[in-house]
Amino acid sequence: MGLADFRLSHFLVPKHDVLAKSRREELLSSLGVDENKLPKIKITDPQVKLLDAKVGDIIKITRKDPTRENTYYRLVVK
Amino acid sequence: MARKRAIDPGEAVGILSAQSIGEPGTQMTMRTFHYAGVAEQVPTGLPRLIEIVDVRRTPKKPTMEIYLTKEYSKNEESAKKIAEEIEEVSLGKIAEIRENFARKEIEIIPDEEGLKEQGLTRGDIVKKVKKTVSGSIREEGNSIVITPKTTLLRSVRRTTNKLRTLHIKGINGISRVVVLKGDGEYYIRTGGTNFEEVLKWKGVDSDRSYTNNIKEVEKVLGIEAGRNAIIKEAKQVLDMQKLDVDTRHIMLLADAMTMNGEIKPVGRHGLSGEKVSILARAAFEETIKHLIAAAVKSDEDRLLGVTENVIVGQEVPVGTGTVKLAMKMGKK
Repeated sequence: MGLADFRLSHFLVPKHDVLAKSRREELLSSLGVDENKLPKIKITDPQVKLLDAKVGDIIKITRKDPTRENTYYRLVVK
Repeated sequence: MARKRAIDPGEAVGILSAQSIGEPGTQMTMRTFHYAGVAEQVPTGLPRLIEIVDVRRTPKKPTMEIYLTKEYSKNEESAKKIAEEIEEVSLGKIAEIRENFARKEIEIIPDEEGLKEQGLTRGDIVKKVKKTVSGSIREEGNSIVITPKTTLLRSVRRTTNKLRTLHIKGINGISRVVVLKGDGEYYIRTGGTNFEEVLKWKGVDSDRSYTNNIKEVEKVLGIEAGRNAIIKEAKQVLDMQKLDVDTRHIMLLADAMTMNGEIKPVGRHGLSGEKVSILARAAFEETIKHLIAAAVKSDEDRLLGVTENVIVGQEVPVGTGTVKLAMKMGKK
């Protein structure tokens, strides 16, 4: 079992995905903000490393919150 | 249905959350709680809540709950075996270490019973000692005698201290282990944490095991897991005191703390201390420091937040105050 395994399957970790470039505009305009106003995630974050994302990418997070499933977005920063 | 109960745009949700967590918080007693079966007191109630919100690097009582894979969790024997493997054992714990300054020697007398308990042999110790100490080592009857290369008293003392904490087996930082039973399976509760190493350990269910050190969760699993850990820990404290706070308030708190990609404390050194507005910071703590620093640098306050607008007596950008009206003139 590699290290990568438990980092993805641990019960505290929600699903992380890189948002496709084509969907960025749509997202930002629907939220009515520019990307710098999004919450941040560090490039050194274990999950970002696993996804091999770059600075400036937007990470889509599918959270299983106690109330319901939510989607959340974070911008990858240094 | 959820739409009907959705919060209105511009609602001051932060204030709502702060009050909703704060009000029952005043009722929280300072009573410390004992976990049944463990000689370990984990702070609960207000002290623990403060600890969570201040994001201490190490909590007062770091502890882990280690769950085991199916092969090991069903019977007590196998669970105990893993617990023993995991527990950190230093040389000082299983042997007596004496310094003989007259002969400039260090004598290690292993405790035979302790060795047996840990499933170790004298050979294991000799091997470990050889790796860390330079000098000659010989076995004399029951004990192991070391003659260090440098015989300065100070360096003899240093070697002794090094030997005392010499890691013999187990995972660094796990100082106590207890096997407990719950929900038809055996699991381990520890004193001290080492999240990453424990998760990698064979026989440990790496999906369910958990540490109460939020910073460690963030480091090993990332910011989002850290957020969930904050929620879980805070909720646990409130539930234990039978305080009914809506999870959404805690979720908002956790979101605010994780905004910038790393977990930030709430107080002076975190969220409140890093506000953009000078007046808002000055209104919180260390008023004069902030005002002087701003004056020296001739800073500007854009008056975009709530606090600063309260101070100058303007309309506050909250609720209906967030809306701007514009009128198209002329053309019809």
